[in-house]
Amino acid sequence: MGFPHTPHERETLVLSKYFGDTDAIGLDGWRKRGGYVALEQALKMTPAEIVGIVKESGLRGRGGAGFPTGVKWSFMKPGDGKPHYLCCNADESEPGTFKDREIMRWTPHALVEGCAIGAYAIGAEVAYVYIRGEYTEALDKMNAACKEAYAAGILGTNAMGTGKTVHVYVHKGAGAYICGEETALMNSLEGRRGNPRIKPPFPAVAGLFGQPTTINNVETLVAVPHILTNGAEWYKKFGRPDNPKSTGTKLFSVCGNIQKPGNYEVTLGFPFKDFLYDLCGGPLPGRQFKAIIPGGISVPIQTREEAENTPMDYEGFVANGTMLGSGGVIIIDDAQNLVKQIARAARFFAHESCAQCTQCREGTAWTTKILERIVAGDGTHEDLDTLLEIGENMTGKTICVLSDSCATPVTSGIQKFRGDFEALIKRKKVHMVPAQVA
Amino acid sequence: MTHSEMGGVRAPGDVAHAEHGSYTPVFTGERRKELDELFTRYPTKMATLLPALWIVQEERGWVSSEGMAEVAELLELTPAYVKGVVTFYTMYHQHPVGRHFIQVCTTSPCNVCGAEDVVNALLRHTGCEELGVTSPDGKYTVIEVECLGACGFNTPLMVNEKFIESVTPATVPALLASLG
Repeated sequence: MGFPHTPHERETLVLSKYFGDTDAIGLDGWRKRGGYVALEQALKMTPAEIVGIVKESGLRGRGGAGFPTGVKWSFMKPGDGKPHYLCCNADESEPGTFKDREIMRWTPHALVEGCAIGAYAIGAEVAYVYIRGEYTEALDKMNAACKEAYAAGILGTNAMGTGKTVHVYVHKGAGAYICGEETALMNSLEGRRGNPRIKPPFPAVAGLFGQPTTINNVETLVAVPHILTNGAEWYKKFGRPDNPKSTGTKLFSVCGNIQKPGNYEVTLGFPFKDFLYDLCGGPLPGRQFKAIIPGGISVPIQTREEAENTPMDYEGFVANGTMLGSGGVIIIDDAQNLVKQIARAARFFAHESCAQCTQCREGTAWTTKILERIVAGDGTHEDLDTLLEIGENMTGKTICVLSDSCATPVTSGIQKFRGDFEALIKRKKVHMVPAQVA
Repeated sequence: MTHSEMGGVRAPGDVAHAEHGSYTPVFTGERRKELDELFTRYPTKMATLLPALWIVQEERGWVSSEGMAEVAELLELTPAYVKGVVTFYTMYHQHPVGRHFIQVCTTSPCNVCGAEDVVNALLRHTGCEELGVTSPDGKYTVIEVECLGACGFNTPLMVNEKFIESVTPATVPALLASLG
């Protein structure tokens, strides 16, 4: 449900049912809505049983990569004598994405419960929720929810009277897009610069404080209580009948040049065309959609025609040349200078590069400079080839994928909207050449 | 790209990165208790570095060299290490900023909805000469910030710790008046 919109009849409200309902924010209100029933149930089960149900449900990571959650959890070996950790990635900073923010604003206890279940399932006694520093309201709500949960005995060394230890701590970030990358997040949490780490070792082997760690997105964790309460079969029903690989509901954040921006929750596989025109109200009066970025700014740009043929699930987006990513849908219409927006996206990555890897540090900066030069009317036709070449050198060659993410909108933009770039280049400014002194 | 285009804040010419006069420690009384409680949450003292720096900034409005040194000693780190971490993140101020620190999101989703017009309106109405430079009366500092994560509520901005959504050039004067 796209707060402040009223829910559309074609939405499926599971995670967003209580968005905009101020009574659901506090513990009492949350309990009245069925809160903490799933945690109580989970603490009576064995961790392996919980992992089994989540695996069976087909739930996949909602942060961007789409890795099956139950499989990820099963990498955490029980009884290895080491402390395990759960990190909740609430460093939502992929441009175009603002779903986790709404989850934490309106239903903070849903996340506390999801973290508690997740921690118990992977044999961890501590879960850290890493929230980006800019989300002041989400931070306040989450801190208050944790405080209430401790006071009510839900969290602590005797969680819900079971004698089990479950801690959930909120950790405030300090402004760095890269900390949404899981290994950078762990470094940041440890009190270091947020530089991504080389993998392997993967977090399940040596993660936070060198111990086995699982990192899950906010939306992934809040889906877990629903799966435990209603069963894996119930969750699997949401999706395209011909695609069992993508199950459940997904929150899509919609922004840019569109009638009704906001968050919408639909079942995976929902037709993108209906989503854009029916749920979100279509383009602004007298305009047309030109380019659509469906999964946050890091995924390839789609043309309007491509987007209109896409079913909204992991496989559907890939089959249509892009990715579901974080579900941040950015709409750019025909009144915009698309090249300027791609340049702006590149500048974002240049600003956010941690500068560890040369390809990224140099590549993001030069990509931005060249694009800004084209926008200013000083571009050449060779610039496009240079950009594509830089893009190739930035892809698959660095510690993390920030570099690839910068190259993606640029490369796909040039491939699909080359005419826009060439039009700007043709309009090249004529610079006065000073007369030679004889 | 210039420093201010990258979202940086320019230090006023006459202010060093150190506080004037004698330094009074931040971590005394309640604040010290708060830090001790934080120590119990993590297996290392170093993990409390970001929260500790936030406490310094909440108390002083910025993180000075002395503040970094105090944190370093409490967390058994070196001041150089702490500075390395402080400079990595964009939200710690390394010198004083205006009373109202305004961060406007101008990343692509907000940009296509007119965020640059909001920035221009803010510069005009605050008397700030340019981005990242505090207004002559010391009241305002305006910077561009990368994605605030409120892309559906254009244009979002932050004034200190307060998040304000759906700002347009027309609502800027009323917004500034409400800040006082």
